[in-house]
Amino acid sequence: MNEAASDIIHFDNVGLRYGTQPEVLRDLSFTLHPGSFYFLTGASGAGKTSLLKLLYLAQKPSRGAIRMFGNDVITLPREQLPQMRRRLGVVFQDFRLVNHLSAFDNVALPLRIAGVREDELQRPVTDMLGWVGLSHRIDAVPATMSGGEQQRVAIARAVIGRPDLLVADEPTGNVDPEMAIKLLRLFEALNRLGTTVVVATHDVHLLKKVPNSLIMRLDKGRLSDPTGALRYPPRPSSPPMASAAGGDA
Amino acid sequence: MKLPPLIGRSLHRGLAPLAGENAASLVPRTRLSGPVPWVLAIMITLTVLAVAGGLALSNLANSARSDLSGAVTVQIVEADQELLAQQTQVAVRILTDNPAVQSLRAVPQAELDALLEPWLGTGNAVDPVPMPALIDVQLRDVADAQQIEQLQSVLTNEIPNVRVDAQSDWLRPVYSALSSLQYLAAVLVILLAVTSAAAVWLAVRSSFAAHRETIKIVHLLGGKDDQIARIFQNSVAIDALIGGIMGLLAGLLGVMLIGSRFAGLDSGMVAGGGLGALDWIAIAAIPFAAIIIAMLTARLNVMAALRRMV
Repeated sequence: MNEAASDIIHFDNVGLRYGTQPEVLRDLSFTLHPGSFYFLTGASGAGKTSLLKLLYLAQKPSRGAIRMFGNDVITLPREQLPQMRRRLGVVFQDFRLVNHLSAFDNVALPLRIAGVREDELQRPVTDMLGWVGLSHRIDAVPATMSGGEQQRVAIARAVIGRPDLLVADEPTGNVDPEMAIKLLRLFEALNRLGTTVVVATHDVHLLKKVPNSLIMRLDKGRLSDPTGALRYPPRPSSPPMASAAGGDA
Repeated sequence: MKLPPLIGRSLHRGLAPLAGENAASLVPRTRLSGPVPWVLAIMITLTVLAVAGGLALSNLANSARSDLSGAVTVQIVEADQELLAQQTQVAVRILTDNPAVQSLRAVPQAELDALLEPWLGTGNAVDPVPMPALIDVQLRDVADAQQIEQLQSVLTNEIPNVRVDAQSDWLRPVYSALSSLQYLAAVLVILLAVTSAAAVWLAVRSSFAAHRETIKIVHLLGGKDDQIARIFQNSVAIDALIGGIMGLLAGLLGVMLIGSRFAGLDSGMVAGGGLGALDWIAIAAIPFAAIIIAMLTARLNVMAALRRMV
């Protein structure tokens, strides 16, 4: 029980289907430990985005059980879900910025939702935008920004609240390699602070950049490497950071 | 590599949790611009007119009932004028001695003649047409059927051709019509309230659909249903306030115009249909009731839509 409570996420035989369609995720059983760094890989259509939706509580599974921060998210009362979501940081593949808000207001959004006072959020938001190289775009609205700029705003928004779990869907897909490395360093810094990071990516080169990361591979809705055996580069001497049971069906 | 300042600082100061839920100003106001304030203004104008009309009718009916509640007419029909005069005196004596009677007045012949002048012409009333004698009686209590029966019985013992009528009986059809109009006004007010709520419901639904993506983002970032609902509620409240003030002013203008027309009639019965202080307070409260209905409608609508999200 204590072990489960200390886990960030625990999936137990989880399946997901949309409507009457076949399952897009099948028999997922794994645990994400606090302070770990995971890459989620897989071909297009493998179910990465669906798995991420389950992780950031945008979707409930069709079957199985999910525990997050020690709570059963299936049976958790609806009014307690927002508090759970506030412990998450999410970088959406399509950024999902609020179009009529400036870069500043988009990044400030999670803090305002959480009730942070205006005078307390001015500095962190400005600093965060400066760190992602957008000091000069602080008042720009998404429509006037490039894809890369929007992505950096989305990342700044996801990390501004120092989440317990950061879920990022192709977070470096629209930025140049130098910025991609910089953003990864940001994720690593968060990870060192105790944030569990899950990054979905197609970019195999990215996997080399975070030495202590674990790789989770999805293949046709099944987790094919939940044990971390495929982590890159392999370091068999280090203790495993993820454990799984029965996920590889 | 230098860390982002917020994270760099937090390495030293620890992870203080963010708290609070005052996020009503997070999302740009989903302004229900366009027709809503105007629709509500029209609805509230009509509601003010209906309520004012209903209250005026109620006051009118109450005033008339109050004036006539104890009023009785005693009519003595006798062709022989001398006998008629004697019987009138007897009736006055009997009525004066009756403890149920508060006051009475034998209607003078001149007044009776004046009543008939429009039909018979001046000076033609007495000779060719035998006129009954009329006595206006004011009872201490309401002139109900039992009281009328008792008076009739007492008078008939002495005067065979006497007839006692409660004056309110003659106005019963008028009271009935006034009651119908009052019910009509009440039904109108209810229909207008329902229509206003429906207009707000549709507007909020449309606004919710237009801002659905923003709402989903706020939802996924941890926004509570209550926070999101409050954004719409406040927006609708502002629209309802604007519409309410416009509607109240227009309605009051209408009430005053109609009131001045009726006041010009200078009729005793219509004079009882004026509005009192409480009536004006009730009318002034209409916009506030509209705001509450609009906010409640918006809240229920948004909460129902949010419950469909995970």
